[in-house]
Formats: sequence, structure tokens, C-alpha cells
Amino acid sequence: MRAWKFGDDINTDVITPGRYTVTVDRKRLGEIAFIEYRPEFAKEVQEGDVIVTGNNFGCGSSREHSPVAIKAAGVSAVIAKTFARIFFRNSINIGLPLFVCEDADKIDDGDTIELNIKTGEVHDKTKGLVLKSKPLPELMQRIVEKGGLVNFLRSDGYDNV
Amino acid sequence: MGSTITEKILANASHKKEVAPGDFVVAYVSYAMAHDSTAPLAIESFYKITDKVFDKDRVIIVFDHFFPAPTVAGATLHQKSRKFVVDQKLSGFFTNGVCHQLLVEKYVSPGDVLVGADSHTCTEGALGAFTTGLGSTDIGGAMATGKCWFKVPESLKFNLTGSTKKGVYAKDVILSIVGDVGAAGALYKACEFTGDYVKNASISSRLTLCNMAIEMDGKNGIIEADQKTLDFLNGRTGKIFKSDKDAYYEDEYEIEVENVEPQVALPPVVDNVEPVSAVEGRTIDQAFLGTCTNGRLEDIEVATRIVKGKKIARNVRFIVSPASQDIYLAAFEKGYLQDLVKAGATICNPSCGPCIGRHEGVLCEGETCISSQNRNFTGRMGHPKAEIILASPATVAASALAGKIVDPRDYV
Repeated sequence: MRAWKFGDDINTDVITPGRYTVTVDRKRLGEIAFIEYRPEFAKEVQEGDVIVTGNNFGCGSSREHSPVAIKAAGVSAVIAKTFARIFFRNSINIGLPLFVCEDADKIDDGDTIELNIKTGEVHDKTKGLVLKSKPLPELMQRIVEKGGLVNFLRSDGYDNV
Repeated sequence: MGSTITEKILANASHKKEVAPGDFVVAYVSYAMAHDSTAPLAIESFYKITDKVFDKDRVIIVFDHFFPAPTVAGATLHQKSRKFVVDQKLSGFFTNGVCHQLLVEKYVSPGDVLVGADSHTCTEGALGAFTTGLGSTDIGGAMATGKCWFKVPESLKFNLTGSTKKGVYAKDVILSIVGDVGAAGALYKACEFTGDYVKNASISSRLTLCNMAIEMDGKNGIIEADQKTLDFLNGRTGKIFKSDKDAYYEDEYEIEVENVEPQVALPPVVDNVEPVSAVEGRTIDQAFLGTCTNGRLEDIEVATRIVKGKKIARNVRFIVSPASQDIYLAAFEKGYLQDLVKAGATICNPSCGPCIGRHEGVLCEGETCISSQNRNFTGRMGHPKAEIILASPATVAASALAGKIVDPRDYV
């Protein structure tokens, strides 16, 4: 899977401009991911590719359209040094895996990446690097394992937290 | 060790004696809110969990992001949310203002826990409540269960002292703080504003401070409730929590507000803050006064005093959108709207308006807008090659008159 590299402070208006988010159609949202910031992205991204980025990815609006669009475009995970808070929760809630990886900088655009969701390891096969990521807190891990908040609330609920 | 307001409210709402930063808690929410842009996804998640809201009087839907609908797509989403309001017999459905302003006017009381599917839900913390923005699925979950999980945040203290100089406002103070702290400087943190400047500030100005906590990535903005808060509540009651003297703060900022000059945030990020002198003389095409940041009566009054009896520059579209219908009516009764219209302003209905580039003042390539809103991200108000400069209502109004960015101190 290919790495698509982005910089720091990528905000939700860059990921999914507000003028394009008057819809809940997943397919359409997948088509508009980074539509103005990096127009080739949605056209060229392949199922399973990953986004690699710096600090504060997903800052700005609470719009869940942003992680939904990234997931719908075929992206299998986002690797960042840090994530903005609401984007982080939204991604976990909709089942988009996130890797908080301090060494994300070492990965370049176009590198081939393999991920191990269980161990949190990010393998840059182009460079022969294995990078570690920070484990999710237990509750978030439970939500991820259920595939998102809706499934978590249906099966476990808040009573056992 | 003592606790901060944020910790005390989260402990109270999760029925615990005390909580500490880093704890995970499940709290009962006082209200769960979504607006026309975020409600459709929240409703989808909600119906996958249950078919009945936890309390029909505590789930609130506001149409403010694109109301009245400017497109068929928007109207279709409105229809979906309206059906939810009717089917769930919700008492709280509004189309007459920006959600955060309506929530402070009608609902939020000190000690409450409010979750809203809008990042600027940090605004309402100015009334001494824990209020935070979440995404649609979290809000769908809260509408279903009446609960939400939180990681208790570390708190940052912003101690604001002194008085601002003439022509300098709460917006300048918070822009200057965002510039210093940075766009991710308060990531996951509670931003508590305190000090004699805050004590003396109006509720309107306090809301402006808390509104921009998210622009530092803060989880919530919060101000201890006082008599001024209780007077504002207009009969609503709440529970006042105060931070203990020995509460733990991860960081404390001391800000003497008399040193703050009129500020601007230059595109494309909110922490790109400079004194207005950095861009003085730059031509503008649009000036926008409104939003959850600065669309209140006090803001409209400041702008009106500047433009009354004069004419807006011919090259500028001056758009004014009061933050709620109550503010709209009050501004009308005081004659502000008449003065603004005579000066050449366009008054829009209370809503988010052009702040999110969906209607009522979209920018084309190469245009510049000076705005009282809170975000200047690329493409937010229209074309990605249009530029948004953030400033106080006074700077916006004075610049609208001059046709270029000016220092408002020469106009007030």
C-alpha cells in the first residue's frame, strides 16, 4: 500500500471543503477528499493506501464528513505525529484506524507501507524501517475492536465502562 | 490537591466524588445538539443504536449552516432532519440563529454538560458549563443514551488582567492568545479563562474568548460563573463550580490585556496572528460581521457606531448577520440595523452565513474578506484562492468604510 504524504495542520476544510459536504452519500464524499488541496488524490488513491501526515491532522471543524471521505476513498489508515481531538474521536467512531507515530516524518510520499493494527507497527518497506506507534487507550481500543461507536453501544454500551 | 471547574463538572456528571486528568469517565449530558450540516449523519448513527431519544427536551436540532436552503441538496438534508424532529417529538428545533448563540440564550446553565456536533461548542463554556464539540456519531450516541465518554482533560489557565485600550476588544485578546499558544497548543486541554479582565468582561465578550479555544485545539473553553452569568440566565438556574486554589494546571499564561493591539489572523491558519499594522492598507472586497464568535448585540453596536452616517466603500460588500433572531430584533429596535443599511450594509438572516462558504457571500478567486468569524482556512468562504483575514467587529466595520484594512483606533 502506498503512502500519501501530507504536512502539518491539515484542517477539515482542506480534507472536505464545507461547500462540498452537503451530502451523506459515502461514494460522493470519497470523491471529494482533498478535492481542492490535492485534486489527483481521490482519482489515484488505491484501496488500502495510507495517509501519512505530521502534527494536528484534522484540526478545525467537527465534521465527520472528513474521516468518512478518507475512508470512502479507500484509505485503510492514517498515520500522524498527532491528531486533532475531534477528528481522532470521529475516526475511531467510524472505524477508520489511526496510528499515532512520532516518526511519521521518516516516511516519504510514495513509500510502500505495511501496517500491523494489533502491534501498532508501521513498516516502511521502501526504506526498510519499522516504526512504533502509541497504543490507543483501553476504551478506544474496545471501540475500535467493535468496528466503531455504534457497534460498541449496541453490544457493550456505556454501563460496562 | 484541588480540582478545576472542568474536573468538578465532569465528576458531578459522571457521579464520582472526584476525577483527575487522564481518567476516562462516562458522563450524563444535559443536552445533545446537532445542526443541519452534522445532524443527518448523527441521525443515521442514532437509528442504528435505538429508535427513541433519551429525552425529547434535551436533544436539540438547529438549522444554521445553510438556512434557508440555498440548494436542492441542502433542502433534502433539511427534510431528513425535520422528519427526525417530528418523529422524535423534539421540543428544541430552531431555524432562527447560530446554534451556539441559541444554546446560551435558551438552554445552557452553569454546571451543565453540553455536547454539540459542531467544533465551536466550546463557546457555551463561558457560562460556567462543560461544553465541547464532537462529531456526528458521538452525538448520535448521546441522543440515544443521554451519555458520552470523556477523557478528563488537563487544564490550562489563562489569567487575563487589566483593561484593553480603546479600540481593542475581546476578539483581539483571544487572537493574540491563539497566536502565542499556536493552533495545536491546547490540544486535548481545557482552556480556563480567569482574571479581572474576564470578571469585568460582558457575557458577549466572554463567549468570544471561549469560542476560539478550539482554534488552539482546546477541548473546551470555560469561565467561572458569577452574578453576571446568573443575571444573563434570565431565570434559569444552575450549579456554580469554582476551581480550587490548589487545583493543578498544566500551564498558566499571564496576559496583560492593555498591551494587546488590534490583531488580525492572516490566512491560511488561525495562529498566523499579526498586529493590524502588518496589513494596513490592503484592499478588501468583502467585510463580514456575524457568527458565533462576534455576531452579538455588543458587536453590532460597535460596528454601527463606526459606520453610522457614513458610506461603505464602493468596492466593498459589507454583510451583517446577527447571531440570533433575538439579537436581530434588539438591533432593529435600537436602530442599529437601519443605520447599517443606510451606510450600505446587507443584512442577512441570523445564521452562520458566509463563514462556511455555502451562501450569502461566497468569495471568488483573488478576493479578500475581512471577517469577525473564527477561521481563515483555505477555501472556507469560497474559492481556494480567496483570502480570509480575521479581526474584531471594529476592524471589520472600519475597514468596510475605508475599502481597505485600517486600524480601528482611528475610527472609534
